[in-house]
Amino acid sequence: MKHDNGFKYFSLSAIWLWLSIFALFPLCLVTLASFLSHDQDSLVRLPFTITNYLNLFNPLHLTLKIFERSFYMAGFCTLICLALGYPFAFLIARLKNSWKNFLILLIIIPFWTSSLIRTYSMMTLLKSKGVINTILLSLHIIDKPLSLLYTDTAVLIGLVYNLLPFMVLPLITNIERLDNQLIDAARDLGANRLTTLIRIILPLTMPGILAGCILVFLPAMTIFYIPDLLGGAKSILLGNVIQSQFLVSQNWPAGSAMSIVLTLLLGFLLIIYWRSKRDKEAGELL
Amino acid sequence: MNRFWTASYLTFIYLFFYIPIAVLVIYSFNGAQYSLVWHGFSWHWYQELFTDKDLWVAVAHSLVLGISAASIAMIIGTLAANCLYRYQFLGKNFLYALIFILILTPDIVTAISLLILFSLTNINLGFWSLLFAHITFCIPFVVVTVYSRLVSFDNYIFEAAKDLGANDWVIFQRVNMPLLWPAMLAGWVLSFTLSIDDVIISYFVTGPEFQILPLKIYSMIHTGIKPEINALCAMTFFITLLLVIYSQFLLRKKS
Repeated sequence: MKHDNGFKYFSLSAIWLWLSIFALFPLCLVTLASFLSHDQDSLVRLPFTITNYLNLFNPLHLTLKIFERSFYMAGFCTLICLALGYPFAFLIARLKNSWKNFLILLIIIPFWTSSLIRTYSMMTLLKSKGVINTILLSLHIIDKPLSLLYTDTAVLIGLVYNLLPFMVLPLITNIERLDNQLIDAARDLGANRLTTLIRIILPLTMPGILAGCILVFLPAMTIFYIPDLLGGAKSILLGNVIQSQFLVSQNWPAGSAMSIVLTLLLGFLLIIYWRSKRDKEAGELL
Repeated sequence: MNRFWTASYLTFIYLFFYIPIAVLVIYSFNGAQYSLVWHGFSWHWYQELFTDKDLWVAVAHSLVLGISAASIAMIIGTLAANCLYRYQFLGKNFLYALIFILILTPDIVTAISLLILFSLTNINLGFWSLLFAHITFCIPFVVVTVYSRLVSFDNYIFEAAKDLGANDWVIFQRVNMPLLWPAMLAGWVLSFTLSIDDVIISYFVTGPEFQILPLKIYSMIHTGIKPEINALCAMTFFITLLLVIYSQFLLRKKS
């Protein structure tokens, strides 16, 4: 059989060329920058140093505080998404097909529209003269407006609102494939509802849980415009610090070091995820 | 009773998803200047919107950028998905993992890595830097969309085409394209909406002379909340909504 490889090599070089120039090479540059020094006149300069990383773990340095805060906020947000999303995904996954597809589409629609716009709409709800306060005031539940906007609570609500679909969608895919017979078997063997949940359902849907957590946790730390719009002066998360280090204080090495740590964290979470579903295809996360 | 709780829980979550959007749309028609008190239905803010010249420049920029980025990403992404599906080559698993990881990488990491690249290579921040950045973050999504379509194909059609003497270019044109176009179009629409909505990456690689819509909205929200933004956001929402429904329709029809 005649074998011409022109097309194959054309396509392969197109994708490799693009991803090497615009994805792999830039990542190398960030890694390099994270080991460089910084001064007033130049964005990055020699000599090589590991100060940028040490500062991240230096208790006297502000960045460690912010790292901890981001971890705490993102972790809390992930937990809320999981607590709200798991029962939700479970209920949807067990519905009849036609209903299920429709309801899934209803989740996807807000998730495909601008998250900035949805954050802005959250602002109109939470403002001191916003919808929630107006309703509560007119029902005489409260006598003066609650200060909801520009607090950590507002940031958390905004994050959960934006990221909940990312938790729900992988969970639905995972729970859909759960074999009903296993649940029946567990019940037949005398397990009560709680035991069935803990011993059968949760372990089997662990890949979905982990996938959802990865998709929520990392963006929660880095979507800088949510804390920026909904949070107060102190509601700074990692994304805001990286943003200000690159665009305001021009300390590129420090910002680079932070994003390298973020990338490593992503790698670490992915390894846990891949281990949780060794035999299955990794691409199923999507 | 069980059904009741199921229905109310689902309703609760969907209300959480949709109330903010509904409020936004409703208040875009409010006649009042700054308060949330209902002053009657009015198109005022939409009229205001249509006379704002700066805004339309930003919209035009965003459209040009979105259309170009989505088209180029669609071509490269489709070729890549085809490679991953049909060929064996060195680094195939690496490419597969890379695409997967690029989707998961936090936007801010992509953003700063591209910013460093552009400043090192002296590419002016503006249209070109935005275009390169947008193509880059769209490609993996096209690959995944097209690849999932390819997997559902019957492999024999490629064998048959080959036996009948078609080379790979011909197979791509005559076999892949007719079968793949819904997935390619869905990938295009997804890329387009990603490009139109992107804030984080654009924020880093944009320049002063090329203002795009999401960043314009961002700065409008920052400088002062005018009901005009409600109208703008409501319109953007409906346009995206139409695109989403259309692309879902395309994917459904073929599956």
